[in-house]
Amino acid sequence: MKNLLRLFNGRTASAPVARERLQILLAHERSSRGQPDLLGVLRAEILAAVSRHITLDPDKVIVRMDRGQHVSTLEVDIEVPNGFERSLAAAG
Amino acid sequence: MAKVLVVTSGKGGVGKTTSTAALGAALAQMGGKVVVVDFDVGLRNLDLVMGAERRVVFDLINVVQGVAKLSQALIRDKRLENLWLLPASQTRDKDALTEEGVGSIIADLRTRFDWILCDSPAGIERGATLAMRYADEAVVVTNPEVSSVRDSDRIIGMLDSKTVKAEKGERVEKHVLITRYDSGRASRGEMLSIDDILEILATPLLGIIPESQDVLLASNVGSPVTLNNAASAPARAYVDAARRLMGETVPMVVPVERKGLMDRLLGRRAA
Repeated sequence: MKNLLRLFNGRTASAPVARERLQILLAHERSSRGQPDLLGVLRAEILAAVSRHITLDPDKVIVRMDRGQHVSTLEVDIEVPNGFERSLAAAG
Repeated sequence: MAKVLVVTSGKGGVGKTTSTAALGAALAQMGGKVVVVDFDVGLRNLDLVMGAERRVVFDLINVVQGVAKLSQALIRDKRLENLWLLPASQTRDKDALTEEGVGSIIADLRTRFDWILCDSPAGIERGATLAMRYADEAVVVTNPEVSSVRDSDRIIGMLDSKTVKAEKGERVEKHVLITRYDSGRASRGEMLSIDDILEILATPLLGIIPESQDVLLASNVGSPVTLNNAASAPARAYVDAARRLMGETVPMVVPVERKGLMDRLLGRRAA
């Protein structure tokens, strides 16, 4: 029936696309709700853990999440100043 | 017992103010004592849609700050004697509203009215959270369009977590009101259907307001659409929705425009 309509209309039904996009999006959004700013929390804790051993510029700690269809990746990029080995030795 | 009902949506321009005015007038016509409260501080419009813009002297902020008494700020509708408006301030910003201030006004309104309809601003910031804060029930206004449905889902999540009722472990009774619905486009698969929206939002349906020229005509002259043209399709749909709010069981039909002969001859679209 839908195909028949399409034949006469010359247009594809876009509502099913809208419905599917919404369902996928809202499944993601609902699962992350109630966990305020997961990335912010992760970033703060990673920064605190590394700072116990290495002096860091907090602005050089970047935490990023990439959502994939099957797996997501968590990317942590920390820029460490040269000569950090010495501060490690001093702490050790 | 008084009921506090928030009309909300997240997204702007979906018909919150139109729906607040129309539902408020319909509930008042059925005999309830109704106040419609504008929470859109800085961008008030409920006064304009209700046709009371020239009668605003004091507003919600004045009452919160103790500059005016509640009775001085309430404006009685000229058409329905049991319909009242509490306007928002046009000059202040949303920060002038406090949770305690809003709480005490709502408590006061509960002693004077049967229905307190809170017209929420768009967004999820202070104005919107305060509009829903003390609600017993919520009408989530949704257009059959992806961004509106997404924002409605977000607002439903907030109604379940950020309201006084939710914090007490109770539930705000939520309803979806679908506005600007075009059954022709939906049947051709060009628009999300009612079933699609309800399945995604998992919230019961209060009514379906068809896309209609009568809505603009009513706001042009400052009259709730239910009063301006009671026979029009949106007016009938709003009256049905109001009856459902009163607890009546009303069959869910999408009212259609009654096209006149001239409209047909001229090929005017019903949209």
